[in-house]
Amino acid sequence: MSQTVTRITAEAISPVALRRIILAQSKRANVGHIGSCLCVVEILAALYSGVLRVAAPDDPERDRFVLAKGHAGLALFGALVLKGWIPETCLGTFCGDDTLLGVHPEAALAGVDFSTGSLGQGLCFATGAALAARFQSSDRRVFCLISDGECNEGSVWESAMFAAHHRLGNLTVILDCNGQQAFGRTRDVMNCPNLPERWRAFGWNCQEADGHSMPDLIRSLSIRQPESPSIVVARTTFGKGVSYMERGIPLSQTHLKPEPITWHYLPMSDDEYRLALDELEKTR
Amino acid sequence: MRKAFVETLCRLAHEDPRVLLMTGDLGYLALELFRDSFPGRFINAGVAEQNMIGVATGLAEAGLRPYAYSIAPFAALRPFEFIRNGPVAHRLPVRIVGMGMGFEYGHSGPTHYALEDVAALRTLPALSIVIPADSRQAATAVRTTADHPGPVYYSLGKDDRLEVPGLNGRFEPGKVQVIREGADAAIITMGSVSQEAAAAAERLAEIGIQTTVIVVSSFNPDPDEDLTRLLRSFPIAFSVEAQTLSGGLGAFVSGVIASRGLPCRLTMIGVRTSPDGTSGQQSDRWKKHGLDRESILRTVCDGLRI
Repeated sequence: MSQTVTRITAEAISPVALRRIILAQSKRANVGHIGSCLCVVEILAALYSGVLRVAAPDDPERDRFVLAKGHAGLALFGALVLKGWIPETCLGTFCGDDTLLGVHPEAALAGVDFSTGSLGQGLCFATGAALAARFQSSDRRVFCLISDGECNEGSVWESAMFAAHHRLGNLTVILDCNGQQAFGRTRDVMNCPNLPERWRAFGWNCQEADGHSMPDLIRSLSIRQPESPSIVVARTTFGKGVSYMERGIPLSQTHLKPEPITWHYLPMSDDEYRLALDELEKTR
Repeated sequence: MRKAFVETLCRLAHEDPRVLLMTGDLGYLALELFRDSFPGRFINAGVAEQNMIGVATGLAEAGLRPYAYSIAPFAALRPFEFIRNGPVAHRLPVRIVGMGMGFEYGHSGPTHYALEDVAALRTLPALSIVIPADSRQAATAVRTTADHPGPVYYSLGKDDRLEVPGLNGRFEPGKVQVIREGADAAIITMGSVSQEAAAAAERLAEIGIQTTVIVVSSFNPDPDEDLTRLLRSFPIAFSVEAQTLSGGLGAFVSGVIASRGLPCRLTMIGVRTSPDGTSGQQSDRWKKHGLDRESILRTVCDGLRI
């Protein structure tokens, strides 16, 4: 089966700008999930830098995107702000009262195609969206960002079988492989090595990419097989861009032991926020 | 009801190209009419009900009208959270079809009984629930709700010949259907066990007890106004359902009585225990749980101290 490569012209979303939003809003709202958001920054930046073809968030012919790992919602909100689809002032309501910007994305918000938050459901929605495009003879593509921990969910594999059986070449999954899940390392909680081989065994066209390299991601996302769904296994670093988060060090809460999952939960202290921002600005 | 559903769905599909039928690999000698009439619009999703509901959500978001079919516990209970976070949270017109009311899957045993589907799904206010009592009502209900903009759950029975006397194919969301009128007591019933309630009412009439029999066939919207008006004139009422009592018809009726301050005493007839490992044909299960016509008659007589 011949591969098709879509030429993508980048109208770049800056990963630094996206990280700045994530840090600022996590700090303001005093919430966690920072590590999960930081590690998908380049993936979202790549998607919203021209991979997704979206003329307007309510265009029925837009490509669809499902953030199946909904706990990285803030990263998505940041991308939508940088695209200009939701006003920057909206971010001020993140984790506020009576807001559409909770931790997990809600479809009632412009630019969010599907509400997520419960792991294992997003890929099912995406699979339906891809099948719908086939029914409607549309060339819409559907992208879905799942996580390695999420692959614990049986429903992920139900979708994997379904999409391959129905030869949904318009469906592309990005697997955020950060090696972490909610209560430890994926290898300690539910060891699932050789994810690329597993997906290939399910009939998927599988590529591997550096999850923090925009060119690598854009190249991988542009390749697809017309007769099989595609997955890009993106190797990422939890808390990417903030070295103490990458190392799992809770600087302010010294009673906690350093472990990679720390920054799945903790909000930042003032000092931690300053340090994170300093590092971010230095890497520009 | 199964035949009525498939025939009605085929007619809808002729008129509306958005209509699709999905199945969780069930429906042998039932869904073939649709499959053969619309092969491109029939999707066997395999034995994977969670994904089926998720896929239906994605299809509906793009403007399609998927009907997702399975045996009721597999259609309603296995993917409950997918229903909640999918079509319900997104307010999408997914139609979920649960086949086999109450004990209809008799010898298949407790895994196949639908004793909690209506109660469980009633907890989702944006999900309309349709529980026809016979085939003609099923046909009307499926057609009437075809263009409903939100999600719908159909609890359907297998019996194609069933006709509840006096129902005459009537259905309206949020309304009840009165199939018999009498002043001594009210019997409120739901689904295919309505035939037993109707038969019990017939026998009660033969011994001089006149009952009003009310069929409840929809929730969300609830028929609370109709029920309030009707129950106002009865000091005693009986609810009859092939479901567990918590959250189902009896719970609904008792809620109406309490919240409206009606001077009416309610006896709930339904399933009070979790499965004990036994199974049997539907009539046997009805007897076991006091849902057959003789048991209903006895319960009504006891309630009226006759």
